[in-house]
Amino acid sequence: MSLLLFDTLLCGLLVALALASVLSRQLSHAVILYIAFGLLMALVWARLAAPDLALAEAAIGAGLTGALCFTALARQGQLTLSPRLSWQQRGWPALFVLLTLSGLLLALLQIPARPGPLPALVSQELADSGISHPVTAVLLNFRSWDTLLELLVLLLALLGTLQLAPAPAQQHSWALSRSWSQLLAPLIILLAGYVLWAGASQPGGAFQAGALLAAGAVVLKLNKQLSWLVWRNIWVRFFAVAGLGVFVIVALTAWLLQGVTAEPIWLRWPPEHAKYIILLIEIFATLAIAITLTLLVVAEQPETPLSLARAETAGGRGD
Amino acid sequence: MTELSESLLLFLITAASLVAVGVYGFIIGPEPLRRILALNIISAGIFMLMVVLAYRGYDSAQATADPVLQALVLTGLVVALSATAFALTLLARLEPSSENSAPEGPEQ
Amino acid sequence: MSSADELSLLSTIISSLLLGIGLLFFVAGSVGMLRFPDSFSRLHAVTKADSLGLGAVIAGLMFYSSWWQNLLMLAIWLLVLASGAVSCQLLARFCKAKQDQA
Repeated sequence: MSLLLFDTLLCGLLVALALASVLSRQLSHAVILYIAFGLLMALVWARLAAPDLALAEAAIGAGLTGALCFTALARQGQLTLSPRLSWQQRGWPALFVLLTLSGLLLALLQIPARPGPLPALVSQELADSGISHPVTAVLLNFRSWDTLLELLVLLLALLGTLQLAPAPAQQHSWALSRSWSQLLAPLIILLAGYVLWAGASQPGGAFQAGALLAAGAVVLKLNKQLSWLVWRNIWVRFFAVAGLGVFVIVALTAWLLQGVTAEPIWLRWPPEHAKYIILLIEIFATLAIAITLTLLVVAEQPETPLSLARAETAGGRGD
Repeated sequence: MTELSESLLLFLITAASLVAVGVYGFIIGPEPLRRILALNIISAGIFMLMVVLAYRGYDSAQATADPVLQALVLTGLVVALSATAFALTLLARLEPSSENSAPEGPEQ
Repeated sequence: MSSADELSLLSTIISSLLLGIGLLFFVAGSVGMLRFPDSFSRLHAVTKADSLGLGAVIAGLMFYSSWWQNLLMLAIWLLVLASGAVSCQLLARFCKAKQDQA
């Protein structure tokens, strides 16, 4: 009963925050309400027995998205109130959305209350995966295709962003926030290492550790630290690509070695080595995710001849 | 009709409402940044739906939520973040702010 | 380790009292943030009242958990205290700079 009260409060707050974020007439209010919404989502994941998601969302929804949205907000320049919409402009979309919602609810209420066969299948095969935490086992063994392609998507997003990134806004860092972020840095590295290691048997793993590291690195970058963490640095490039590269190399090696004994299957780890293979992939994936997310959030324009020329013309026109 | 527990029904309805709110915000806009936020609200609703589906088996004797769906959502969270970052960069190129009003280089 | 039903009457009363005090401070801080006129007093309401409220809530919860969990909760409170102080300082400086400009 008390849990139902908690659920009602949580759901009501979520919908209210989302509505307020969509309807508020000031863009800055919308962004702040959305960040609060992201924080509450972490609570929802914890409530719905998904601690892995709660860990990732706490770093992503509360930390990285906030930094992203505020950077975008700062780029908007002078903010004005959104124009007031006429009732037709509001009414017809609302009618459409209400119809969609009722259709969606009708469909959702048909969902059977019993889970499908997959959870039983996972727990049956868990012993052979080399890992005792089911979510990590699914991510890096049973459905490692998803993770492989996800690393590819991250890399593509990073490459696209680096091509387009506008000149960073001038910002200065205060000594207080700089020293506080420096104090926090070892703690975040310790925490990320623990989360990565714990992923084998408890909630945790490469994504959460990478997101945590990225959140810490973003704070440091915003305080003008970590000057080596730029795309120009060859090691940064290496580790950003290595997450995907190591994954593919390991998969190819496992595939070729399998071919000796039996019909080879792509992305199937031999059970006796699975633990070490997964750990190797996870370490590189964590670093790649951390670097990629950091550069995505504090994307700086790489200093190509073109961008330098651009900056010069921009400065020239400003004078 | 299903025999889902009250809490799960509540979360299902909330997930559907979040999708609806997101779609509404995406239609009425009016600023592009708000449309990106609305897209993120839609994705939050969809993730929530998937996690509720994963939670179904949790009440019964078998005490684990569906790890496959949770792993998919975990992948989705990170992909959604990278897509948002890319969209915001595109947005910054789309409408340069007043102080930074000369993004076109000499190559145009 | 002691669970809720093993607690003596006295500890139940003390922990409930602490939890109540914590919630009171949280409500006060939130009301202050919504009602106070300018940024400085709003910052003051949020950072001070909410940190104290969190401390009281953690003290109340300490009756229910093991020493290791207590240690972790204490560490969380200290971290929140410190980051609250730092972010309050930063926001206040930003507001001051904006005020001086205007």
